[in-house]
Amino acid sequence: MIAIIGAHIVDPASGRDSVGTVLIEGRAIAAIDPSSIPHDAGRIDAKGLILAPGLIDALAFRTDPAACLAGGITRLLLMPDQSPPLDDPALIERAERIGKPHVWVHPLAAATRGLMGQELAEIGLAKLAGAVGAATGRRAIASAAVMHRLLAYAAGFDMPVVVHPEEPTLTERAVATAGERATRLGLPAAPAFAEALGLARDLRLAEATNARLHVAQVTTGEGVALIREAKARGVRVTAAVTPNHLFQTETAIGDYRTFARLSPPLRTEQDRRAVIDGVVDGTIDMIASGHDPRSDDEKRLPFADAAPGAAGAATLLALALGLVRERRLSLIDLIARLTVVPARTFGLPGGCIAVGEDADLVLFDEGAPWRIDADTTPGLAGNTPFDGVPAQGRVIMTIKGGVITNP
Amino acid sequence: MIAATPRTPEGRHPFPHPHLLAIAGLQPWELTYLLDEAEAWVAPRGERPRRSSALAGMALVSAFFEASTRTALSFEMAAKRLGANVITMQPGSSSLTKGETLLDTALTLGAMRPDVIVIRHGASGAPKLISEKVGCPVLNAGDGAHEHPTQALLDALTIRRRKGRIEGLTVTICGDILHSRVARSNFACLTALGAHVRVVAPPTLMPADIDRLGVEPFATMEAGLEGADVIMMLRLQRERMEGAYVPSAREYFRFYGLTPARVEMAAPDALILHPGPMNRGVEIASSVADDIGRSAITQQVEMGVAVRMACLDVLTRRARGMEGWE
Repeated sequence: MIAIIGAHIVDPASGRDSVGTVLIEGRAIAAIDPSSIPHDAGRIDAKGLILAPGLIDALAFRTDPAACLAGGITRLLLMPDQSPPLDDPALIERAERIGKPHVWVHPLAAATRGLMGQELAEIGLAKLAGAVGAATGRRAIASAAVMHRLLAYAAGFDMPVVVHPEEPTLTERAVATAGERATRLGLPAAPAFAEALGLARDLRLAEATNARLHVAQVTTGEGVALIREAKARGVRVTAAVTPNHLFQTETAIGDYRTFARLSPPLRTEQDRRAVIDGVVDGTIDMIASGHDPRSDDEKRLPFADAAPGAAGAATLLALALGLVRERRLSLIDLIARLTVVPARTFGLPGGCIAVGEDADLVLFDEGAPWRIDADTTPGLAGNTPFDGVPAQGRVIMTIKGGVITNP
Repeated sequence: MIAATPRTPEGRHPFPHPHLLAIAGLQPWELTYLLDEAEAWVAPRGERPRRSSALAGMALVSAFFEASTRTALSFEMAAKRLGANVITMQPGSSSLTKGETLLDTALTLGAMRPDVIVIRHGASGAPKLISEKVGCPVLNAGDGAHEHPTQALLDALTIRRRKGRIEGLTVTICGDILHSRVARSNFACLTALGAHVRVVAPPTLMPADIDRLGVEPFATMEAGLEGADVIMMLRLQRERMEGAYVPSAREYFRFYGLTPARVEMAAPDALILHPGPMNRGVEIASSVADDIGRSAITQQVEMGVAVRMACLDVLTRRARGMEGWE
């Protein structure tokens, strides 16, 4: 038995936002605020620290337990862009097991065979095998007809369809947002409205089919506005964003910094502010890591040749806490976007602190300052556009099924 | 009255940069310094080309990852006139075709301890990446759609020699601005030296927010050329004129080609430049290209060698232990 004593418990599912004690027995939570602590229980003095449900990462491209545990993540949604793509029930079952026991993976099935955007994949069987949704992967489906059929078919299984928002024929070779920076650097670029164009289509198709649409990342003001309007008229849409687009703009590209090569690409300051407003008013439901660790071989290349993506699992919480410090979100609201909201959206267990539930918890120091360092970031790789950036908020321990890890 | 082009301010090093990767970021006096140095390598009409043994015993590696005839040749000529040995890396035979990464290639080149490396690469930013991994000066001979610094310098030198100045001139750059590194280097160079730069391109070949680069965009040749002192035509690659960006070569020539009639819209003494190789009848009419009174196209090639001699000389001074350059 382990007792975590005197922590500030933040549990959005129950609305709990006060100091207390949590008792863990085996892999489950045995009691909250017990009248007495058994004498044989291990005691963790958590005074001054925050205890929240283990984070549920709504967007990851790799299963990277070390990075997840360092970042307080105990469950993640895995995109189907694996090698091979997760377009087969057997692959889904395998993907589900790869993170255990440290982090539980909830795979998203490839929406089309080989993620080629042409033929529907067996998403019904994938659901039976454990897939919590179907995803188009790193790219949108180019054909509106295929997308229409996909949404209609997925609606039959009540499966959320996770989409990359950008219109693919417009972004084909692009590695940056069209504008002054891309023009100066001579980089192939696509207009920011490629996102709105793709989203407008998918939102309309979701509306027509009464399907559940989840936008993996929304990165432009125009995209946020479209989702806001769609939600208002009852379209079943949810959306996420990563700290990359909340706290970085295209200026991070500097002189061809490939850690800032992302998909969707970094945007302008105006878009960044609009995306934060979208999080604040609830248009954007979740904040996810977009964890996409890339080796030096994939990043130490000319900008346009470098692979897109950033490592983000280890830094998700610390960066997201910036919204609380800037007084844009309350702490409990932020934790909700990182736990119970993704859990409810995708029908996952966890995301709450309750007796009988798995002891998936994160204990963190909200104010602890540190500096993000690509070279020492835990996990498969440290390719983060936040390299060298000061951060505040440090994970003290991650508890997965009652097992404690100290990063 | 037009102020004189700025000179090196007191106490400033005339050219403190280890590499020449881009024009953007260079100070006007640094550009002027390179032009003045290049001027010294231009032989007066009728004289033999100037040469020196300044770089005797030094090795220049010429790494053209993208095919080039004139720029590679011009650099080789410049290096040899300075007494350097030139080692050429053939793109076809390069290890890149064997899957070696650019950085591995850079490390290999660097390990051979060349004295200067000249690089052309299809990806924007590639020379910068290489410059971070080798211990010698790197000259960018064109990277993707980013920059081609020596081309801008040779254009500026050509203009300065023919017009006597750059400041206050109106220079119209026409054609495929979107994919052109020549255009970007020229924007930086000419605006820094005080010229007014206009650009003309079909909308499909005009990059976003071009006005933020300090140049003025025009949609038609007629508007953009009016009163121009210098007309710079850019090459349009064949694959881009067959429906991808413009419908056809003949339609492009009809609306964006430099014809004698359009030349008449510019200033009476307008100078015509083209970085080559020219597509006659696509972006420029033969009669215009061959107009000896106006076309400076062959002079550009001559200035190219002088500019590259100056750049090689200036960038190797530190290694050669020249006083004031340590």
